[in-house]
Amino acid sequence: MEREYMTTRDIVGPLLLVEDVADVTYGELVELEYPDGTRSLGNVLEVNEDVALVQAFQGTRGSNPSQTKVRFLGKGMTLGVSRDMLGRVFDGLGRPKDGGPEILPERRVSIHGSPINPTARDFPDDFIQTGISSIDGLNPLVRGQKLPIFSGSGLPHNQLAAQIARQATVTGEGAGQFAVVFAAMGITFEDADFFMTELRQTAAIERSVLFLNLADDPAVERIATPRMALTAAEYLAFECDMHVLVIYTDMTYYCEALREVSAARKEVPGRRGFPGYLYTDLATLYERAGRIKGKAGSITQIPILTMPEDDKTHPIPDLTGYITEGQIILDRNLHRRGVYPPVAVLPSLSRLKQKGIGEGKTREDHADLSNQLFGAYARGIQAKELAVILGEAALSEADTAFAAFADAFEDRFIRQGEHDDRTIEETLGIGWELATLLPRGELKRIKDAYVDRYLPAAEAMAVKVAMDAS
Amino acid sequence: MADLEQGRVAKVAGPLVVAEGLVRSRMYDLVRVGDEGLMGEIIEMRGSRCSIQVYEETEGIGPGDPVVSTGAPLSVELGPGMMGAVYDGVQRPLDALEAKTGAFLTRGVSAPGLDRERRWDFHATASEGDRVAGGDIIGIVEENELISQRIMVPPGLAGTITGIHSGTFTVTDPVGTLVDDSGAEHPLLLMQSWPVRVPRPYRRKLSLDEPLVTGTRVIDTFFPLLKGGVACIPGPFGAGKTVTQHQIAKWSNAEVVVFIGCGERGNEMTDVLMEFPELIDPYSGEPLMKRTVLVANTSNMPVAAREASVYTGITMAEYFRDMGYSVVLQADSTSRWAEAMREISGRLEEMPGEEGFPAYLGTKLAAFYERAGKVVTLGEGEPPAGEVPAASTAEDDAPRPRIGSVSVVGSVSPPGGDLSEPVVQNTLRVVKVFWALQDTLAFQRHFPAIDWLNSYSLYLDKITAYWQEHVGEEYRSRRDRCMELLQRESELAEIARLVGVDALSPEEQIIMETAKTIREDFLQQNAFRDDDQFTSLAKQDRLLKAILLFHERALAAFQDGAELADLFAAPVRERLARAKYLAEDQMHVLGEIESDIETQLVSEGRRGGVR
Repeated sequence: MEREYMTTRDIVGPLLLVEDVADVTYGELVELEYPDGTRSLGNVLEVNEDVALVQAFQGTRGSNPSQTKVRFLGKGMTLGVSRDMLGRVFDGLGRPKDGGPEILPERRVSIHGSPINPTARDFPDDFIQTGISSIDGLNPLVRGQKLPIFSGSGLPHNQLAAQIARQATVTGEGAGQFAVVFAAMGITFEDADFFMTELRQTAAIERSVLFLNLADDPAVERIATPRMALTAAEYLAFECDMHVLVIYTDMTYYCEALREVSAARKEVPGRRGFPGYLYTDLATLYERAGRIKGKAGSITQIPILTMPEDDKTHPIPDLTGYITEGQIILDRNLHRRGVYPPVAVLPSLSRLKQKGIGEGKTREDHADLSNQLFGAYARGIQAKELAVILGEAALSEADTAFAAFADAFEDRFIRQGEHDDRTIEETLGIGWELATLLPRGELKRIKDAYVDRYLPAAEAMAVKVAMDAS
Repeated sequence: MADLEQGRVAKVAGPLVVAEGLVRSRMYDLVRVGDEGLMGEIIEMRGSRCSIQVYEETEGIGPGDPVVSTGAPLSVELGPGMMGAVYDGVQRPLDALEAKTGAFLTRGVSAPGLDRERRWDFHATASEGDRVAGGDIIGIVEENELISQRIMVPPGLAGTITGIHSGTFTVTDPVGTLVDDSGAEHPLLLMQSWPVRVPRPYRRKLSLDEPLVTGTRVIDTFFPLLKGGVACIPGPFGAGKTVTQHQIAKWSNAEVVVFIGCGERGNEMTDVLMEFPELIDPYSGEPLMKRTVLVANTSNMPVAAREASVYTGITMAEYFRDMGYSVVLQADSTSRWAEAMREISGRLEEMPGEEGFPAYLGTKLAAFYERAGKVVTLGEGEPPAGEVPAASTAEDDAPRPRIGSVSVVGSVSPPGGDLSEPVVQNTLRVVKVFWALQDTLAFQRHFPAIDWLNSYSLYLDKITAYWQEHVGEEYRSRRDRCMELLQRESELAEIARLVGVDALSPEEQIIMETAKTIREDFLQQNAFRDDDQFTSLAKQDRLLKAILLFHERALAAFQDGAELADLFAAPVRERLARAKYLAEDQMHVLGEIESDIETQLVSEGRRGGVR
């Protein structure tokens, strides 16, 4: 039931106020045609009797009140889904961008999705091996989790995300087909090209779906882009039984687009001018990760966001952290010292790791060892800070050992190559070798049985390494 | 209910719908919007227009769609069948919704809060001819091994029972009738309903005097919560707030647990949903779920239902309180609730207060927390066994008061960990216990990351008498002594940081070591280790005793000429560090540790003498 009007009254930023409309509903999809022939999609943000407020995804450049055609399409925004999406590149509104043919959709689904019933969810407890020690060993990712990367401008978050996309494997039972859905929001062509090249080189592109809204694409379109990507992901995960990894970057631009619309609507702003519903809005994206009982597939999300001025209390990382299950934080100091990946181990956290590691998942000693490594590294950092003030001579014997541990930890555990794919066994092995640097009495967080089982081998290894070196 | 008033939609803006033509409806009446009958609540009335917050997604609703008023406020159904249930924010059972529409929540589905089909064995305790009033117990339904539902006369109703039968009934079958003073007949049902925004009545509030034991050492010993008390956990993300709350739900000695997941993560809720049924209640050996009600309104579920969810939860908690149970209600997180208020207030275009929150934020928070408390309930009838001392009073016939309590633990999620923001500040004005979670502690993997210097409990003096009677004479003084050592440590740490540990006097170094022992071997507790997650009050007292003994012996031995390094390297410290993992029935080992301390922490000369 399409209806066309040319009764626009006001145009403010990306918004149009259209009068004398009939039967318009909230959220309805709108097609706009401007006098210069430009077309834009939009949707209804508010409807009050016969007045509708429409947000134009492609912006309002070229429009004017009297000659703009506004067509209400009588349906919400949808995406046509099909298995054929794999290997394809779309624009931010789900239209093919790679020159290929249109997708023949199996069906069209609303991009807003529906909340998963909490009782239908299955708890994410299957380890995903990313091959990166600082993640696998200390803050492991599990299937169905949403684990953002908090980064800053100039840090190698894209390399890290690409490495995860390349290397991520699911092991053990139910290891099924893996797919990557990539949504770009406002990033540069170069960044997007980097991802595409990386995926192509490993033929991972065949199992990927890309939605690209680049820096020069309309900002408001970004509000729809992650929803397009998640709708595709839900189809692949829950109807095609695939394990889908959704990477979207950069959430900061997405939130700024929301702010732009909110400001144009003259809404009461919350912190830093972001709308009061930012939390709810972000939740409707992030919460689309998960597993469902009785379905083989899963959706795992890695949103990437650059923190303005590396400030993690900025509303975007702050609210994100409250919804996602932990965060991987990149650290500028490590990056300056040339450590890749510069994962700030201490403030990073994976909230779901308890269930995803241990016997039958990774190894029995994983939890204790990672606790010990965390604690020892924290103490080592403290000792080093102390040494800066007092000089190294002032450190106690134990503190000196911890300080040495912290250095070795950064150098051998955190640092690894961009194409270095470590198995979890390798990661834990390095952890035990590092543990030999500490007095045995300090290994308080590890059960004695594990110390007895794993420490001797690591000690022997450490001795061997030392002998080889000499 | 005969004349359902119908109006029409005039405006839709997200979860807020403005309707016209509902002239007889009242504030907070429940309405159905659109052809699908989406649930909503009237929250503002201007002339003939009323604003409705809708509990479901409003896409596809437009002007002209019908709005039907139910003529009644948003209410919950209270009766047998609540235990183990998982509800959304407006008490729709999520498993029933799943059975109807599958894994994803779709709109316009409804299901009653209590199962209409299930039959319960009702045992009448009142008899024909009894005069009863609101709150009086007329019979019992054994819902499960842990909870027996005491069926009560709904508040506000009074009269004479003209018929009552034991037997098997559904919640809507009349089990009897009551004739009130005007002669009107009322059927007596197993269920009653109650508007969520109205606190359930009670006879009077009581002063609090019993601890809510959680088994978490830093809470029980240092910052205790009482039955009927209110506590607040703030926490920057990643500080372990949720784990702490789960611990309280699992281990606290309340009889009924109501857990509200308000605007929280879906996976976290799933964790609760999957873990609770497997958890064994340490007090009875039965699944914990049998005494738990869950309200799950995750962050991506409609925001208006999130606003309602805390009221839904506390009304259910009050209902169990009225039966004489002690209830612990956890709301995670009240910040999400406040944000839901803010979001709706914004859509109403209300003039905002601080940070865009509505001006009535403080009032609403205070009113919510005030629904906690320990009360003498309405009505007469058997209180649960053990709750009230059985001592007979002078008049043996005098009805014993029925006492119930609701303790509330609300979590707040301050943006950026900034405790000066309005939700935290308004909460701190009303709560008595504050468990200050610190992310810096979490980074050091000090869990539970409750900062011992910034936390407080205003209940300490109220609880001391109980401690002296039930735990140990010296528990309070030991606690205070440890607190003092921790306080001293923080001062000394400042100095040590600047000039080095060696610049401290030996006595001060001993204080630092003891404080470290308190931190690492008492305060730190691993919620995921079977042998560490719960510690009884008696064992907490014993641990403190051993740690303080170490401190005193170390001081004495040093004055007697012992070397500090030898004292700090005493082998018993290893045993002391592991004492927290001792099982509750191995307390005698603590005695051995104490005698080890006595023998090992002595000067060389003294040791020779002993030999």
